[in-house]
Amino acid sequence: MKGAKILIESLIREGVEVIFGYPGGTVIPIFDCLYDAPIKFILTRHEQAAAHAADGYARSTGKVGVCLSTSGPGATNLITGIATAHMDSVPMIAITGQVKTSLIGNDAFQEADVTGVTRSISKYNYLVKDVKALAYTIKEAFYLASTGRPGPVVIDLPVDIQIQDADFNYPEKIEMRSYDPTYYGHPGQIKKALKLIYESKKPVVIAGGGIIISEAHNELLKFAEKTKIPVSATLMGLGGFPSTNDLFLGMPGMHGTVYANMAITESDLLISVGSRFDDRVTGRLDAFAPEAKIIHVDIDPTSISKNIKVDIPIVGDAKNVLGQLTEEIDESKLSDLGKWHKKIDGWKKKSPLAYDKHGSNKIKPQHVIEEICKQTEGKAIIVTEVGQNQMWASQFYKYDYPRQFLSSGGLGTMGYGFPAAIGAKIANPEKEVIVIAGDGSIQMNIQELATLSTYNLNVKIIILNNGYLGMVRQWQELFYDRRYAGTTLKNPDFVKVAEGYGIDGIRVEKISDVESSVKKILLAKKSIVADFRIEPEENVFPMVPAGEAINRMIGGMA
Amino acid sequence: MRHTIQALVENRFGVLARVASLFSARGYNIESLAVGETHDPTVSCMTIVVNAEDERILEQIKKQLNKLIDVIIVIDFTRREYVDRDLILTKILNNDRNKKAIEGLVKKFPIKIIEETKEDFLLEICSDRHQEDEILKQLKSLGIKELVRTGRIAIGK
Repeated sequence: MKGAKILIESLIREGVEVIFGYPGGTVIPIFDCLYDAPIKFILTRHEQAAAHAADGYARSTGKVGVCLSTSGPGATNLITGIATAHMDSVPMIAITGQVKTSLIGNDAFQEADVTGVTRSISKYNYLVKDVKALAYTIKEAFYLASTGRPGPVVIDLPVDIQIQDADFNYPEKIEMRSYDPTYYGHPGQIKKALKLIYESKKPVVIAGGGIIISEAHNELLKFAEKTKIPVSATLMGLGGFPSTNDLFLGMPGMHGTVYANMAITESDLLISVGSRFDDRVTGRLDAFAPEAKIIHVDIDPTSISKNIKVDIPIVGDAKNVLGQLTEEIDESKLSDLGKWHKKIDGWKKKSPLAYDKHGSNKIKPQHVIEEICKQTEGKAIIVTEVGQNQMWASQFYKYDYPRQFLSSGGLGTMGYGFPAAIGAKIANPEKEVIVIAGDGSIQMNIQELATLSTYNLNVKIIILNNGYLGMVRQWQELFYDRRYAGTTLKNPDFVKVAEGYGIDGIRVEKISDVESSVKKILLAKKSIVADFRIEPEENVFPMVPAGEAINRMIGGMA
Repeated sequence: MRHTIQALVENRFGVLARVASLFSARGYNIESLAVGETHDPTVSCMTIVVNAEDERILEQIKKQLNKLIDVIIVIDFTRREYVDRDLILTKILNNDRNKKAIEGLVKKFPIKIIEETKEDFLLEICSDRHQEDEILKQLKSLGIKELVRTGRIAIGK
C-alpha cells in the first residue's frame, strides 16, 4: 500500500470523519487518496483557518481534530492554529507535506523545518522518514494528542514517503515507556485534601478547562452540591459548572466578577481543578488568595506549583479526582458554610455584573449578548474572537453546558473564532453556532465566508462593531492618556462583503432594533453576518489592571 | 545553586534538540550537558548541570523534562551520593619551570601527560569538580595555551 493510502486508512481507523485543509505540491498524493475516501474534506481559504476549524471541531466534541496542509508556507500558516491548540490543550493532528527526503535540508522549493518550528508549540511532532513507520506513527500521534493533557501533534510527511509502498498493519495499541499519564489521585493526597476541606470555613473552587476536557462537569456539580463550596470557572472552564446554579461565582481574574475575586481573596481554601493559575486569573501573585491553603488538581504535574506554591498537589484526571473526593467525603465533618455564603451573597447583591443601560442612545454590546442568550435560551454554541467581544461574551451569556463556549484563552488568537465556529458547526450541524466577533478580529479570517458559502453552513456571525481594536483602545484610554495609537479602524461595509460571498448581511444601529434583529438572525436557516454598530468607547468592566491584586478592580464595584 | 540532574531518554533523532529547546524556551541556564548512549543502545543518558535560583525552579526543570515525551526518567543528584567526572584536555607551554611544576602536579593529582613536545605539554585531567578547580588554579599560574573540556557525567553510588 502506498504511504498516502496508509495515512488515509489509518485516519479512518482512528474514526476521523472530517479533515480541514488546503492542498499544495507536496500533498497531492494524499489529496488523490482523499478523493474517494469516506472522509469529508473541508477546503478552507487559508491554512490558519483549517487549523482553527479542526480546533473548533475538537473543542466542541472532545474528538481529535485533523488539519492538513502542504509544506513550507502551507505548514507555517498552520503555526498560529497549532500554538492556539497547544496553549488550550486541544487534541489535534496537523499533517503537513514535506519536500522529498533527499531534498530535506537543501532549502528546496517550499521547504520549511516544520519539526523545528513546531517543537515548542506542539505536544509532540514527527518527521516520517520511513514508510514502514508511518502507520505506527499515526497511531502513536493520535494516542499522544488525545491522552493525558491533550494537545496538538504534528506529522511532517515527505512527498516521496507518500508514494512509497509498505505493508499496512495498523497497530492495536501503543505502549510507551516514556509516557504514562497519571489518571487517579493518590489516595494519601485525597485524604490530606479532605482534611483541609473539613477545616475550611471559606473555601472556593476554581474550575478550569480541565473540567471540560475530562468531562468532569457532573462530578464537579456533585462535589459542589455535597460540600456547598462556591465555584468560580475560568474562561476555559465556562460551561463546566451551570452558571444558573446558586453556587456559581462567575469568572475569576482580570475581567472576572467582583464577587469571585473578593471570595478568592478572602478564602481560606482554594481548590483549583484543571486550571493552571494563569496570570490573567491570579493578577499580582503575592496578593492572590493570601490567606488560603491551596489544593491543586491537575493531570499535568508541571502546572502544579509553577506560579503558585501549592499545599496539596494532586496529579490526576479532574473527573476521577473529583469522583474520589466526593465519594470519600464525610458530610458530618464539613464546616458550616452559612456565614461564607451570606458574605458572598452580599457581594453578589452589591456588585453584580452590570452595565449602564440608559446612558447612551448607542447599542451596548452587553445588551446584544444578553439578548442572544435570552433568545437561544442559553443553549447555543458561542465561539468568540479575542478582545472585548470575548470578554462580553464570557460575562453576559450564561453557560450551563460543557463544550458550549469556545474561545482562544491561552494564546489569545484574534482570527480564531470564525474558523473555529465552522469546525464546531460541521461537528454539530443540529446546534445553533454563533460567532461573537469584533470588527478587528473578524477581518483576520474573513475569507472564510467563502467556506461558509461553499458548504452552505448555518453560522451566525455577530460583529460588535465599535470601529476600534477595542481592548487595546480600552488600555490606551485607561493607562495611556487616551492616545489611540494604531487602534482606530476604517472598516469595509461588512454587509456588502458578506453579500459578495453570497451570504446575507444586516446592519443594526438602533437599540430598539436589537431584539427584533436577533430574532431575525436566529430564525434564518442560513448564515448571516450581522454588523451591530455599538457604543464606540464602551469598556469591559470590572477590570483588574495588569499586575494588580485581583481585589483592586476598576469599574463594577458598588 | 548548581544541581546535577540526569535524564534517561529514548535514543532517537531530535531528542537533544527537544531538551535544548525546552531549556531555552523556559529560560533555564545549562552549565554543562553531556549526552551518550548507555549499555542499552535504545537509551541515551543526558547529564545536565543546571543553575537554578531556587527549589521551585529546580522542581519545574525536573517536571518539564519529565513531561517531554521522549524522556523515560529524570534523576536528581542534589540529595544523593554520586560520583561525577568530566574530562579536560589542555596545552601548557613547555619550559624548565613548567616541566618541573607539572612533574610535581602529576604526582599529586590525576593528571596524565599525553604528549610532551618541544613546545608544550598535552595534558589529560579527569576528576571531580572540586579537585579540577584546584588543578586548574595551579595550571593557570603556569600559563594555559589552550583548554577544552567535556560536559560532566555522573553516576549514583
